[in-house]
Amino acid sequence: MTAPLLSVEHLTMRFGGLTAVSALSFAARANQITAVIGPNGAGKTTVFNCITGFYRPTSGTIQLHHPEGSSYALQSLAGHLIARRAKVARTFQNIRLFAGMTVLENLMVAQHNTLMPNVVSGLLAVFGLGGYRHTQKLAIEKATTWLEAVGLIGRADDPAGSLPYGQQRRLEIARAMCTDPALLCLDEPAAGLNPRESDELSELLIRIRGGGCSILLIEHDMGVVMRISDHVVVLDHGKKISDGTPAEVRADPKVIAAYLGEGDEDETPADAEEAA
Amino acid sequence: MQTKAGVLVAYALQQLINGVTLGMIYGLIAVGYTMVYGIIGMINFAHGDVFMIGAFLSLIGLTLLAGFGMTSVPLALAISLAAACAIAALYGWTVERIAYRPLRGSFRLAPLISAIGMSIVLQNFVQVSQGARDLNLQPLIPGGMAIFEENGFVVQLSWMQVVISIVTLALLAVFTWLVTKTPLGRAMRACEQDLKMASLLGIDTDRTISLTFVIGAILATVAGMLFLLYYGSINFFIGFSAGVKAFTAAVLGGIGSLPGAVLGGLAIGLIESFWSGYASVPYKNVAAFSVLVIVLIFMPSGLLGRSDVEKV
Amino acid sequence: MSARPLAPAAILRDAGLSALVAFGLFVALIGLRLVPTDNGLALEQRWRALLAIVGAVFVGRLLMLGWRAWRPAGAPTPRVLAESIRRSARWVAPLFLLLALALPLFAGRYVIDVGILVLTYVMLGWGLNIVVGLAGLLDLGYVAFYAVGAYSYALFSTTFHFGFWTTLPVAGLLAGLWGVLLGFPVLRLRGDYLAIVTLAFGEIIRVVLINWTSFTGGPNGVSDIPRPTLFGLKFNGSGDPDTFAAFFGVDYSITQRFVFLYYVILGLALLTNWVSLRLRRLPLGRAWEALREDEIACRALGINVTVTKLTAFAIGATFGGFAGAFFATRQGFVSPESFTFIESALVLAIVVLGGLGSQLGVALAALVMIGGTELFRDFAEYRMLVFGIALVVMMVLRPRGLVSGRVPSVSLGKPKEIAADLVAQGRG
Repeated sequence: MTAPLLSVEHLTMRFGGLTAVSALSFAARANQITAVIGPNGAGKTTVFNCITGFYRPTSGTIQLHHPEGSSYALQSLAGHLIARRAKVARTFQNIRLFAGMTVLENLMVAQHNTLMPNVVSGLLAVFGLGGYRHTQKLAIEKATTWLEAVGLIGRADDPAGSLPYGQQRRLEIARAMCTDPALLCLDEPAAGLNPRESDELSELLIRIRGGGCSILLIEHDMGVVMRISDHVVVLDHGKKISDGTPAEVRADPKVIAAYLGEGDEDETPADAEEAA
Repeated sequence: MQTKAGVLVAYALQQLINGVTLGMIYGLIAVGYTMVYGIIGMINFAHGDVFMIGAFLSLIGLTLLAGFGMTSVPLALAISLAAACAIAALYGWTVERIAYRPLRGSFRLAPLISAIGMSIVLQNFVQVSQGARDLNLQPLIPGGMAIFEENGFVVQLSWMQVVISIVTLALLAVFTWLVTKTPLGRAMRACEQDLKMASLLGIDTDRTISLTFVIGAILATVAGMLFLLYYGSINFFIGFSAGVKAFTAAVLGGIGSLPGAVLGGLAIGLIESFWSGYASVPYKNVAAFSVLVIVLIFMPSGLLGRSDVEKV
Repeated sequence: MSARPLAPAAILRDAGLSALVAFGLFVALIGLRLVPTDNGLALEQRWRALLAIVGAVFVGRLLMLGWRAWRPAGAPTPRVLAESIRRSARWVAPLFLLLALALPLFAGRYVIDVGILVLTYVMLGWGLNIVVGLAGLLDLGYVAFYAVGAYSYALFSTTFHFGFWTTLPVAGLLAGLWGVLLGFPVLRLRGDYLAIVTLAFGEIIRVVLINWTSFTGGPNGVSDIPRPTLFGLKFNGSGDPDTFAAFFGVDYSITQRFVFLYYVILGLALLTNWVSLRLRRLPLGRAWEALREDEIACRALGINVTVTKLTAFAIGATFGGFAGAFFATRQGFVSPESFTFIESALVLAIVVLGGLGSQLGVALAALVMIGGTELFRDFAEYRMLVFGIALVVMMVLRPRGLVSGRVPSVSLGKPKEIAADLVAQGRG
């Protein structure tokens, strides 16, 4: 059994009178893909926003333990430090690329903290001091590696906003990976992808896991979830209703009830199983 | 000791009265800023100058009627206000039509610069056509009443202040009714929520936006006439400082919120009046702006503004 | 903008309506003029002027619509014109630089003086471009830093008798410091809230300059500010050995000082340009642009948004401070009147008109706006009116500015220009 990389304890998030997430506890282990699923409005994205520092949780703790020993209390860490120190990267449900910058520039911005450890070094670079040229070369190399990994090397000099949807999704993942994350949080990466693109995405995520980066995934595409996840957490109305391996979750009557009760748009895990 | 405290209270009361009066005028202008901002999300920099034009039109109207030998002050006021409102409404409409409508849906800064340009145009147009001098009007609504007297200090409530308060409150009541109860108000609120969707649902958005400018210009003209009557002196430059302060009021109250604009106007008026009364007159604008900065630091959406939770 | 051509009858009708609107707008404000007399106000009637302007609107509208309807095929539209400016940018920029360098060789004193003025605004525009164009932060109070620079130079040089070249960096640093001080509390505000607060700061500084008489000289300002020297050589006609004329053994002419000032501001402007261009290709500048595109994504990538914004604010302010110091030494005197909101608006207009983030565009816009209004010097009364009209017209014709594309800061292959409609303008 691997040690938990991320442990969420009694996480509660209220907006005014609305409780979006209530006393949620779960763990994500290192070198695994953990999926968070649940019907629309179950509070999945809220959990993500708490983990990545966009919301301050009302109560509860979110601990991140790096394999080499350092640990971080994400619920009280400043937004940008969650990415910089705790090494948690994320993508967004509605893609947030720097649309007017090129694909390559997007990946260079992601390496900002490596390229410019502090403002002084950033200003010294104006006068050609501080060995910036070398770091820049390394950064371009890393960007190239990831562009090849996601199959976008041919579009490196095109503006990100001009890419088709599926490529934008992949670029956003590559950009997040350029921050060298320990945990990659993906908010519905397969949304809007066609079946072939979904398959490519699954392969990419498995490769990323193979590279030593753990993944936390929100996803509606049960095909993707069941195929690649090591561990699934199911939320409904802000509460955890099931937690286990894909097979266990799929068999859980509470999960089926939650999905059937919700009705129309989401595939149930059982449907996905048949489809797969 | 007793009387000293009494004088202090009386002095404060006088500042309160003056501050509320001033705040009402700011509030009337601020409503125009906040309405336009709510619907098309731009700072209508030229709005302060429409206020100035309203004041000039009122003065021209009053002078013209006096020249025709009209002696009834209320009638002269009513006629010149109506005429000034009509012409100023045309200014509001034209400004939107030529400087903003072609830029609708364009980048955020283009309408802003166009608005600044329009403000320069209106200001200098009036300077060229009416001259740069201060123009004075003798008080038309003189007198007032002493509310109470304390040890020689008289708390004065002038009739002019009463008129300003009544007119403002009546106008705001009509305006609130217009926004909440009429089809036009419904269209305006729909456009404020989502311009594109409103247009898809068959609302004539161009017309609604034009009418918003027209209403804003009318409110500003009323404010302009009240300003003229209260201070008795206007020049082509009054639009800038009144405009900046009214916009400050709109932001302070929470831009996009109509009650916020009035509240913000009152707040700015009170701050100015109390700061002038107790600290220093030259620094009253510094006080107003400092309060704005402090409020925004702690309440980034203003006093009554919708908090803009970042959707991630 | 994309109006379809109209039939002649419709054109006539439209022009008639425009004339009617013009009549409504101008009947009171042009037809009548308020004149103060001994016993109150009187009205002067000017119906001929009213008739003239209404007629002008009618004819103007007629011509405009007629041009649209029967425009000869191939006549350049503003869009095509701008395209050609953009495409020729490669040789236009060096050409302008060459012209700017050579100008004092063939131009007279007046032209050099206008050149100094234009270059001051070019520099201010480039400085503000860092804040607005690159970082996407809407600053309506840029004049505050211009004022801080000018007064720093004025006070240091008159009180401590520091020379121009020692005080210049001090003025820049002080302005930068003010940028940080003002920026720190307000940079978490977004969009128009930031705009109004920066405007407020600009006004606060001006009011303080007017009223803090013991320190700033109040409305009278500071006068007798020393002129800059060339390695200690003064520019005057005293014939002393430490003057430029005596040292080089040439006859003194006041033009020498203008030429010197011209090259000083040209150098300062080019420094601003060099630093901006350089920063754009470095992580800091790239982070600014990323911030303009999407602040939330920046945060998710571990970029400290506040610090990044502050650097943009401070560096922009520093250049504003340099320009202010230069202004003070050129005028020899500073007063609060020079630092009104209209200056901020002017510089912002130059930046937006030039095309956000485009160095060449800003220079062109400064040349057109400042040089252009200079043509109206003899009609001083109408100068600002024409300026305002030009602002509106140019914005309506070119909402994205003269030069609007974006050149990538780094590329694997040959850099391709990014179309303007993909580039964000920032919400900050």
